[in-house]
Formats: sequence, C-alpha cells, structure tokens
Amino acid sequence: MSAPNNPYDPVGVSALEPDAIQAAVDAALRDIAAASDLDALKSARLAHAGDRSPLALANREIGALPPAAKAEAGKRVGEARGAVRAALDERLADLELERDARVLVDEAVDVTLPTRRREPGARHPLTTLMERMCEVFIAMGYEVAEGPEAEAEWFNFDALNVPPDHPARTMQDTFFVGSADSGVVLRTQTSPIQLRAMLSRELPVYVVAPGRVFRTDELDATHTPVFHQIEGLAIDEGITMADLKGTLEHLAEAMFGSGVRVRLRPSYFPFTEPSAELDLECFVCRGASVGNPESPCRTCSSEGWIEWGGCGMVNPRVLRAAGIDTERYSGFAFGMGVERTLMFRHGVTDMRDMVEGDIRFSRAFGWEV
Amino acid sequence: MRVPLEWLRELVALPASVGGREVAERLIAAGLEVEGVEAVGAGVSGDLIVGRVESIEELTDFKKPIRWCQVDVGDAHGGVRGIVCGARNFSAGDLVVVALPGTVLPGDFVIASRRTYGHVSDGMICSERELGLGDNHDGIIVLDEGVVGDDANSVLGIGEEILDVAVTPDRGYALSMRGIAREVAIAFGLPFDDPGQRLVDLPAPATDVAPWPCDVSDPSMCDLFTLRRIVGFNPQAPTPDWMSRRLIAAGMRPVSLAVDVTNYVMLELGQPLHAFDGAKLAGAVRAGRAEQGERLETLDHVVRTLDADDVVIRDDSGAIGLAGTMGGLHTEIDDSSSDVVLEAARFVPEPVARTARRHRLSSEASRRFERGVDRVLAPYASARAAQLLLEHGGGTYAGMTAWESPYEPTVIAMPADLPGRTAGMPIDRHTVTSRLAEVGCDVGGDDPLSVSVPPWRPDLTDPADLVEEVVRLVGYDAIPAHLPTAPAGYGLTREQRWRRRVGLALAGAGFVDVLTYPFIGNEDLDGLLLAADDSRRRAPRLANPLSEEQPLLRTTLLPGLLAAARRNLSRGADDVFISEIGRVFLLRDHQQPDGVEAPPRPGVDGRPSDDELATLEDLLPDQPHHAAAVLSGLREAKGWWGPGRQATWSDAVDAAVAIGDALGVVLAVRQATDPSFHPGRTASLVIDDLVVGYAGELHPRVVAAFDLPPRTCAMEIDLDALIARAVDVASAPDVGVQPLAKEDIALVVAESVAAADVEQALRAGAGELCEDVRLFDVYVGPQVPEGHRSLAFALRLRAPDRTLSAEEISAAREAAIAEASRRHGAVLRG
Repeated sequence: MSAPNNPYDPVGVSALEPDAIQAAVDAALRDIAAASDLDALKSARLAHAGDRSPLALANREIGALPPAAKAEAGKRVGEARGAVRAALDERLADLELERDARVLVDEAVDVTLPTRRREPGARHPLTTLMERMCEVFIAMGYEVAEGPEAEAEWFNFDALNVPPDHPARTMQDTFFVGSADSGVVLRTQTSPIQLRAMLSRELPVYVVAPGRVFRTDELDATHTPVFHQIEGLAIDEGITMADLKGTLEHLAEAMFGSGVRVRLRPSYFPFTEPSAELDLECFVCRGASVGNPESPCRTCSSEGWIEWGGCGMVNPRVLRAAGIDTERYSGFAFGMGVERTLMFRHGVTDMRDMVEGDIRFSRAFGWEV
Repeated sequence: MRVPLEWLRELVALPASVGGREVAERLIAAGLEVEGVEAVGAGVSGDLIVGRVESIEELTDFKKPIRWCQVDVGDAHGGVRGIVCGARNFSAGDLVVVALPGTVLPGDFVIASRRTYGHVSDGMICSERELGLGDNHDGIIVLDEGVVGDDANSVLGIGEEILDVAVTPDRGYALSMRGIAREVAIAFGLPFDDPGQRLVDLPAPATDVAPWPCDVSDPSMCDLFTLRRIVGFNPQAPTPDWMSRRLIAAGMRPVSLAVDVTNYVMLELGQPLHAFDGAKLAGAVRAGRAEQGERLETLDHVVRTLDADDVVIRDDSGAIGLAGTMGGLHTEIDDSSSDVVLEAARFVPEPVARTARRHRLSSEASRRFERGVDRVLAPYASARAAQLLLEHGGGTYAGMTAWESPYEPTVIAMPADLPGRTAGMPIDRHTVTSRLAEVGCDVGGDDPLSVSVPPWRPDLTDPADLVEEVVRLVGYDAIPAHLPTAPAGYGLTREQRWRRRVGLALAGAGFVDVLTYPFIGNEDLDGLLLAADDSRRRAPRLANPLSEEQPLLRTTLLPGLLAAARRNLSRGADDVFISEIGRVFLLRDHQQPDGVEAPPRPGVDGRPSDDELATLEDLLPDQPHHAAAVLSGLREAKGWWGPGRQATWSDAVDAAVAIGDALGVVLAVRQATDPSFHPGRTASLVIDDLVVGYAGELHPRVVAAFDLPPRTCAMEIDLDALIARAVDVASAPDVGVQPLAKEDIALVVAESVAAADVEQALRAGAGELCEDVRLFDVYVGPQVPEGHRSLAFALRLRAPDRTLSAEEISAAREAAIAEASRRHGAVLRG
C-alpha cells in the first residue's frame, strides 16, 4: 500500500482522521456495553480489538506517515486502543462476576441438613468435677496424691486412729477383701491416702487426693456402694484451724462463686481432732430462702446451708503413726463426696444416674463442669 | 438419743421462753448432731378432756362386745356424755381421756357426734395409738390421777417437743439425759446439778436378808460390778404414767415396772442396768469370760453359742447373760418376780464391742458400753433405780455388793496456749480453764495445765481432745479464715497427665466415659470364655459382697462395660460407644483369693519400718489402670449422605491406636487370639515387644452371653504399662522440604501374610529415603493366584538434602520389593 520515500500526505490517510478514530472507538464502546454475555463480549473483542478491527488497521497506517506526523497519529491511535481495551477488561470482569454468581447460586444447598455423622463423646462428670476441684488446689501449690482402692486395713483404719474394736469402724460398712481378718479392705474413704502421702513425701506436705471409695450400701436414689471422695491434707509448721477455714473458703469460692462462705460445726472423726462438719453457704439463694416460704430454694431445701463434707486438724496420733514430729508440725485435712457435690451443684436428683453409665447422662455435661 | 424437752427442763433450768428449736441450734453449735425436733402427739388439736367413767352398760347384740358408757367430763364441757367404746380395760370410776366432738386426731380424723351401735356417741375415749403417743392399742388410756374436766393435753404431754440427737462414737456420755442436760447448761450458761453424782437416800439394808454376792473373774473385761437386792417387791405394781410417757417419748416401750425402771435410769443417767429374778439365780453372780462353746438363750429367744472372748455374766449354773449386751432368758424378771437383783456395772468397751459384733447384736446397753460408760456411775445409778423400784413397787432393800478395780482419773498435760495455737486465734488462759471446768475437768498446774478428766469422758485422752472441747465451746464460728502458703508444687505427675489425655482422646474419638462398679462374678468370667488357668481368673474375692453373684473384684473392665452397653441398648440407644478408665485387681503370684490369715499389723505409735510397710504392700493385689471401650452400632450414622457404616473390628483397633497417639507412642498391631474375641478378628497391641492389650470383634459366644447385638466390638489395654512407655519429651522431626517422589507398588502375597508385616518389610527395604508407606488397596480375585491377595502400597520417598534422581528412586523401590520378597515371598504384580 505504501512505499518508502514516496511523498505522502497524511491528511489523505482517512483512517487516521480524528473523526474516523473517534467513530471506531464509539462503535467499539457501544458494542462492548451491549455485550450481554461472555460470548457476545468475545465477538465485540474480535470486531473492535482484533487484528482486523478498524483501530488495528489504522495503527498499521501510522508507519506510512512522515516522521513529523507519526507521533501525533500514534498517540491518537494508542489512546483509542487503550480506551477500547479498558472497556473490554471492565466489561469482562463484570460479566465474569455475573457468571460466577449465577454458578454459585446454582450450587446452593440446604445447610440446615443434619451434619453429624458421629455422636459426640463425653467424659464422666464425676471425673471432670474431680479434675476441676484438683485444679483449684494445684493452683495453690498442692500436688495430687493417689492410693490403691484395695487397701491395707492399717492404712484405712489403724493408722487413722480407728483401733480394731472402736465403734467408728462400724460407722462405715466395710467391704473386706479375702476374709474379714485378712487385713485388706476396699477403702472406705480417701483418708488412707493421707498416710501414704505423709509416709512418702518430704515435709511440708500439701496434697489433694481424689478417688473411689466403697461402702456396703445398696444402690438407691441416695446411696451407692461405690462413690468418690476428694480429700485435702496440709502438714506444715503452724497450721491452724484458721488455715483450714481459709482453704475451704477458697475452694468454695472457686467452685461456687465469689463470696460463698463455709461454716464449721463441731463433730467427730477419729483421724481429726478437733473435728468439724463442713457446711457450704447455699450458692443459689445465699440464705435468702430461710424462713421465706414465698421463695423456697430447692438446692438447700431453704436451709441456707448445704452439708458438704468433714474436716479437722489431723489427729496427732495420725501424725505419730506417720513418724511426724507433732511438736513441730500440725496439719489439717478435709474430705467431701464428689457425687454429693455433683448432685447439689448440678441438680442431679438420683444417684443411680451417675453409676448406670447411660450415655445420655454424661453427654449432657460436655467436657468441663 | 431422743430427748423430751420436758424431761430436760427437769434437769436444767431452761427459761420457759426457750423452745426446742433454740435448744437444737445451741446443741448443734456445740457439736451435737440434732437431726430434728418433733412434738409429742403431733396432729392432735382441739379438746382432750379428763373424764370419769360413771357407769358402763355392756351391749351384747353385736359381733363384738361393746360398752355404752356415761362419762363425766365436767360441767364446762357438758357434764355427763354418752360414749360408745370397744375397749374393755377400764371400769366405772376410772379416769379416762375423752376427745370431744370437733377434736382432730392424727391422720385428720375429726371426732363428731354420731350414731353407732344403737346409741349416739358424743365423743371418744382415746387409746395411746389413737393419739399418736405410742403403739399401745390394747385398750384405752386409764389415768392414775387427774381432775375431771381438766385439759388432758398437758397430762399426756401432748405438744411437748422431743429432740432427736445423733450421737457420734466419741460422745457416749450424750446417750443420756444427764449428758445432754450438761451440754444444754453449758450452751445457755446455766448452772448444772449433776444427777449422776447424787447418791440418793436408800433405807438401811434389812438385817435378815443378805445382799446378793458378786465377783469379777476377769478384770480385763469389767472395772466395776455392783448388785443391789430388793425382796418382797410387788411384780404386779404398775409403772407410773409419767415414767411410761417419758419412756415412750424417748422411743422405748414400757414393759413392767422393774424393766421400765432399769430403762428409765439408763436414759436418765447413761448407765445400763439389768434386773435378775433372784429366785432364778444360783449362787454368786460373776462377770467374766465365757467358756468356749457354752450355750446361752438370750432375751430375744436366740440360743447363742459363746466364744471364749465373749463377756458374760454367770452364776453357778453357767452363763446367764451377755454382759453389757443382752440378758439371758432364764434369769429374766417376770410377772411373779419379787426378789429383784439389780446389776449395774462398767464393762470395758472393746470386749463388749467384740461380743456384740460377734453375735450381731446391737442393744441400747452395748451402744453405751462400746462408747464408754461413766467409770464410777454404777452405784449411783443403781441407787437411783432401787429408789424408784421401792417407791413404786414396794419391798425391802437388802443392800449392795460390789467389786471394783482401782480407778485413777486420766490426767492430761496440755500447754495453756494449745487451744489458741490450734484454732489460729487467741484464746486466753482463763477461757481455757473455765471451758474445761464446764465439761467436768479438774484443771490444775501452771503451764502445761494438768487436766484431770471426768469419769464420764473416757474419750478425752489427748491434749488435742481437750483442745476440741475448748474450741467448740468458744465456737467454731469465731475462728478466722486464713490461707496458708504451700511451697511451689510440680503439678500433675506424668501418669496423672497422661491418664487425663487418654480420657480426652477417647471422648474426642466419640466414646462416652462411664464409671462402672468393680464387682464381677464367675458368670462374667465364664461369659468371657476365659480358661480355668487364665490370669483374669485370679480375682480377689470379697468376704461380704453385696451380691453373691458378684463376689469378685474385676480383673478386666469388660464385664462392667458390656453390662452398661446392654443397659443403654435396652433403654433404646441404637449406637453405643462407651469407654472406661479404671483400676482392675489382679492377685499376685504369692496371693490367694482368701488372703492371709494373720496379716501384719504394725503399731501406730511411730512410723512403721520400711520392712513393715513392705509387708503391708505385699497384702495388696496389683491394681493397674486399664482403658477399655465397647463399640456397637453405626460408627458413622446413616443419613442423607448415605447408609452409614457399622462399627467393625477396625474401629476397635483404631480406638486403641488413638490412645497410643494421645501418648505419643506407636502401638504395633498384630494378628492375635484372645478367648473373648473372634479368633480371626483380634489384634494384639504391642509396644516394645510387650502385649499391652487386645482389640477387635468380640467372640460371638461372648456377644450372646452378654446379650449384645451381633458383631459388637471391644478393646482393652493396660494403661499403666502403656503410660510407662509414653514419650514425655518427643524429639523434633526433620521436616523435609526437598521434592517428594511417589511410587505405587502392588505385591501378591499369600493370604496368611499380615499386611502390617509386608508394610514393615517395604519400609525396611526402602531404607532411610522412605518417608511413609501406606496400604491403599487389597485385591482378592481371579487376577491373583488362589490363596493369595494383592496388596497395593503407596511409597513416599524423600531425601533431606537433594532432589532424588530417577536412579535413586528406582533403587529404593527395588530394594523395598526385594525385602518384601525375601521376608514374605511377595511377588510384584505384573
């Protein structure tokens, strides 16, 4: 079409006329805007940005222009092609978004369909509760002590100041292992762990001892022959009943909320002297239900206090049986039933629920209590 | 101990305004467990009037004899009323209790004028039972004394309060009105005149009748023994109303004057007493040991064979009573006994406790002797009883005989500041001495205090006992709260931590934790198909099981878990995945199911030697923790995604392997057999060549024995053994970043070759370039020879420092195949 050194008037190249270029751009933008789907856009791209499009053809003419005109014409065509490309890209992005949205809508499902392919597992709330109570003591520096469930009578009774013919032996109905005289019982309490801790640890001793205990009660709504206790023991120089009270108050607050108080009532246990029953201020009504029939409290039966366990100062006889210098050391001990704690803390009304292993029971508690 | 408030008021001058509730509160604060306060004749309201029977007309036209009575209830209550009555134990002139129309008796029974037996009965003549006063329904109440027209409520004690006190084993003295009254006096700051230290005036003994001779043949069983004798006693004399009423209120049944007086004085003072019929005694009455095999019929009509360690009362005829527990039938007081021999003694607690336990006989007397009766009370109490017998039954006092071993009061040295130091608050010396004096101690000395303990408090033996007396009377509420500072601890032990992790892992794997009883029976072990010599038959045995069917301690968790699974299924659960972590009990080689006969019993006055402690440990069975699970039903639920997937042996193995994962150990899975499991679907779980457990499908006969659905699966592992091998501090791995090479290998092996073994061989053969080997397909069919199968493995190879060359990859692959071929005859599938 053109040849070098052939004088040529750029004005005569109609394709490079500003009007013609503007017209090509206008036509392109019109078609691009009108493209309603990706296929239509593809046709518009071919028509207006393809090799044979008016602007591509115009671009080719530039080479034929004299050097003085090339710059201006190149700028003009370049801007025009840029505008068309930008319009194409913009429209492409829009149309792709539209397409994607349509596909995703088509892929919609009912997410309320059941998703559980496996029922959840659960830990036993008694286990979790014991762990929780242990945590409170671990945070105070205590360690967790353990002992055997089939236990020597010496640990379960003799060393706890319950001599063979003492009436306290019949307070607890004991399972004897082997024979009644074989010296082995199923421990009736976690207290033998006190002895084991004192015999095996360096002083001072601060331990908490959760565990299973056994008494010859038939299973019913309020009794079970196999249950759990958690025991605490502190042996140190200068331990007092005030330390006992403070420790129990701390436990009560950790388990039942700030400000929940404890009350000690004189009582008798062979292995503590002085001894006390431990009452917990009702953490639900905080005593408001006492003498107030308008708002009765189910948790404490409107008594204001809940019987929780027993405690006292470790009987010096017990310390002596462990070889501890009673002139220098004193200690406190306490114990409470874990089943009982679970019952009033969580409103369990029937002991059997805790021992029968019904999966619905444990599942209701989750993994933490 | 039931404590009628009216009786209490006789012993301590309580202000009239103080009621049962307030007394109960003060006693609780002082350490007596008051379980409740009830009222005599609760449920009676309205008019109960003392009336006099004026005349009786016998009505004979009815099936039973009926009386038509005219009863004068006083002008204020309508004068003479006609009342129909079915009882026959009264005569004209007797004073009776009349409920007027409108009165309500227990059970909301409203009395009304009504026509019955042909007459209008204008009220009711009451019996004890109708008023809720006692069980006696033999006839109506006939009063000893009273004024016609008076309110009978006060005469009968209706509305009087009774405290129910649970007495702890240390406080034997509180099993008496005397002991309770002392505590009440202290609690209210009132003076107390101890009725147990008052020697009542008795007439001078008759000179013509001798007292009954007594002796103690074994002073280790009896400290003090007394006999008082009354002759010419009227055996028909009635018990006075006030005494009957107090006995009933205290929970005892009136029997006869002689018996009632012994019970009354026991309740009043705490001294058990026994009345013999002198006419039935032969020679001196002695306290001592029984002869082995000797026989005695006790008051409850049981013939007992005695042990040489039993404490008995005997005369020339042999044993005539279980001392301190129950009298003998043949020397019992009866309705013709006029020669009353009254025994009051102080038996030593331990022998009485042993005797009562040996004969399974707990009586009002034995409860008191076991806890320790006042060391010097017997003569005071028997004087009081003799006085009552003479007053109400007549007769002549014939004097007392006694035997006593020397008595020295217990004296305890206690630093004066010990109560305060123990309580953690200041308690001054004056408070200490005055509180101890209140409970009956004689306090002397400067520091330490020298505290002489009263004879009714044998429980006070140590300084700590005195501390409790002081602190409880000061009040536990006064003790401040203080938090002690424990030294820094080390947290949970590794075993405790790992056990928690395993619990969490099982729950995370979809198992619900259960806590079953550790009691099993031979039926359970039979159900598990255990052979006679299986180590799980070496179960410790309970001497006193709750159920004769389950006398053993579990050696495996499976019976409990299988029963729990059964229970869930029977309650409608379809899919049951439960687990348990707990101890099992295994007799050690030297142990027998019956235990040893004479176990070591180290002293308790000091730390036992290590040898002694070792002998104690030797008594105990092994008690390792096990973890077990039972799987039944769909492991993956059926739903819109598909039909679900039944739990199989592989899920049981997976549960075991998951425990290993939680502990950071790789449990090797081996083909194995165990009697309780399906012989072809059982895996043993192995670590360091030690089998720590089994998993798989239960044997069909086990499934049947425990009534479970077919194909129920289970696993059980020795958790302690596994935890012992848990990795506490894992080493960090080299995480390779060089390119991975994947090679698939299909090998044909005989069916008898375990896949895990082939995998091991491939790993070993591929060498250190081998990152992982995983079996992804098993093929059995026409394309492999009969009796063989094709196992397809994916090998992952990687070097730590370079991209593997094609030659290296090929060499590793060939080496892996060669090793599988060498070990198991594997052939590369063409």
